[in-house]
Amino acid sequence: MTTSINTLPLKERLLSLFFEHLPSIKGQATAGVNRLREEGLAEFERQGFPHSKLENWRFSDIAPLLETDFAFNFSNQSRAFDIDKIFTCDVYDLDTFSVTLLNGWFVYKHAPLTRLENGTVIGSLAKAMELYPELIDKYLGKAAKPKNSALTALNTAFIQDGLFIYVPEGVVVEKPIQLINIVDSPTPVFLQPRHLTIAERGAKLTLVHCDHSLTHNISMTNTVVEIFAEPGAEVDHYKIQNKGKNSALFTSSYLHLEKESKIHSNIITLNGGFTRNNVDVRLNDELGHADLKGLYLVDHNQHVDNQVFIDHAAPNCFSNQLYKGILDDQARGVFSGRILVERDAQQTLAYQNNKNLLLTDEAKVNTQPHLEIYADDVKCSHGATVGQLDPDAMFYLRSRGIGEHAARQLLMLAFADEVVQKISIEALSQRIGNMVEKRLRGELSICDQCVLHCSDKGPATFNIDMSKI
Amino acid sequence: MLHIKDLSVSINGKTILKGFNLDVKPGEVHAIMGPNGTGKSTLAAVIAGREMFDVDHGEISYRGQDLLEMAPEIRAREGIFLGFQYPVEIPGVSMANFMRTALNEKRKYLGLEPLSGAEFLKLMEEKKNLVEIHSKLTNRSVNEGFSGGEKKKNEIFQMAMLEPKLAILDETDSGLDIDALKVVANGVNKLRSSENATIVITHYQRLLDYIVPDFVHVLFDGRIVKSGGKELALELESKGYEWIKKEANGVAAN
Repeated sequence: MTTSINTLPLKERLLSLFFEHLPSIKGQATAGVNRLREEGLAEFERQGFPHSKLENWRFSDIAPLLETDFAFNFSNQSRAFDIDKIFTCDVYDLDTFSVTLLNGWFVYKHAPLTRLENGTVIGSLAKAMELYPELIDKYLGKAAKPKNSALTALNTAFIQDGLFIYVPEGVVVEKPIQLINIVDSPTPVFLQPRHLTIAERGAKLTLVHCDHSLTHNISMTNTVVEIFAEPGAEVDHYKIQNKGKNSALFTSSYLHLEKESKIHSNIITLNGGFTRNNVDVRLNDELGHADLKGLYLVDHNQHVDNQVFIDHAAPNCFSNQLYKGILDDQARGVFSGRILVERDAQQTLAYQNNKNLLLTDEAKVNTQPHLEIYADDVKCSHGATVGQLDPDAMFYLRSRGIGEHAARQLLMLAFADEVVQKISIEALSQRIGNMVEKRLRGELSICDQCVLHCSDKGPATFNIDMSKI
Repeated sequence: MLHIKDLSVSINGKTILKGFNLDVKPGEVHAIMGPNGTGKSTLAAVIAGREMFDVDHGEISYRGQDLLEMAPEIRAREGIFLGFQYPVEIPGVSMANFMRTALNEKRKYLGLEPLSGAEFLKLMEEKKNLVEIHSKLTNRSVNEGFSGGEKKKNEIFQMAMLEPKLAILDETDSGLDIDALKVVANGVNKLRSSENATIVITHYQRLLDYIVPDFVHVLFDGRIVKSGGKELALELESKGYEWIKKEANGVAAN
């Protein structure tokens, strides 16, 4: 069922839709989840959509987007759909455990939730709410902060489906788990997937999260990710964003780290009309290690906004932020990195670096570091650079016969390489490296992942009219 | 091959070269010597096409073409090579990728097919042996973390790869110990032929013990004040530059 009431402002529409679809939204969820929903709804009602008068939204105005007449899906219409027919991911030769969400809902051929022999559970959050209520009640919503984020509050109110991963104590999941998140709709669509990953004590996993759109229609995706790393757990989280120019992608990732756990987060934004990535980290116990990287390559009128907040709540933890961006044409970038070192968090090591390359006079980036330190024995540093390609390096390359265009590409690739080469999985590093290279050569389009290659027949639409299924 | 006539060059309004003249023929090695700050590096940069300098006056013709009209990469593809005094570090660009791109851009310009990966690797090994570079420089990013000596050897290796017609070596000897100096000089000597020419820019005579020049020119205050054979370098070594300065000033005073 597709619902759209186009006379009311988006906020009012969402509030009324909530009550109208309450039975399907609530589904099989526990009382705890429904309490979360109500709190989320109340918070969203209180805050409304973010606007550019808020400090952390100063450079990112979403008001025009909110004028869109969006459609919403409150039940899963994707399950019977054979995703292989329309989509192959560019990271395809990677040996992964691959799952797909179409328009925010889980797509599956056999079962919505898979339980591997080692006890790992991978699958639909909607199903997990039915089958694993204790885990859901223990973790869901415990890292997210609806009070600080209207979008997180809104997502929480409408929690329905998304990717659920549970890795039991001591289990190492060898294959990366790949989530392919596809938007494909003949009309503007508003989606709110919710992902929950739980890595129990000593567990290890790699999650590759790809965002794509197969439509040129306007879409707004408001994603919330929660990742819990219990003591000694290690989670590698890669996000690859390659979206159409009319897509707006909001991702709020909440990473919770217990003692001696490690999380690597790496967000690669290759394309996207409007992209906002919020990464919120809590180093909750000693010897936690959070390594956050980002790479954004944007041109035309694309807008990318990365917001990082790291809460050093315990002593002896390490955090590092390295975000790099290349902005061409009239593209706009925003980076805000905040480090909070709490009173007891002695021996904290916290580093932050944001480097930007502007290729034109019209490209623009706003970068802001914030350090808030209440402990006295800490090592923190931050740095931000905004610049052009190094003229000495340009001349050096050209003096060897390399043309200006090729020289620029070499230097841009080299700039991006600092982030790409640190990807620990060799195959993934190569695939992402290739995508970055193609992107910088201007050879990567959002249609690249689509097997239909319909670009000469006009925009890609697949006629999956949700109302008719 | 190279004719520089009455060349005047300035940067930010300050004139560096003042009516400079030089003729270089195939097969010749010219040494340009002189005290610091007299315009030696400016000359090298202007020939290679550095855009930060203004050519106020004069002309440079290279193999019958107007060099000043050419972009730096075209000059390189036409056979000009500058060995940098301070080679630039480029993190993230591997030496192999850099050289392969450079070679293939040149080949494309000359209407040749690009080298295959195997051909390229073979060529690289050959040239490494030719210039006696046995380290793994080629696996690393361009000049990144190289010692002073490694950077200069790397310049010679690039020169071997690109096989220039006219090489200008800008203070290639500065900061080298005697062993590195020999490696660099041997490389240059092996690449010498009756077809190509070399301009060696140096402050000291030392390098000229190993790369024997046909002509030595003394650059002072933006122009050549004295030219001679290789013995002029020895004379400079024993008498120092004060002698030249006095002579130049004397000439100016008369």
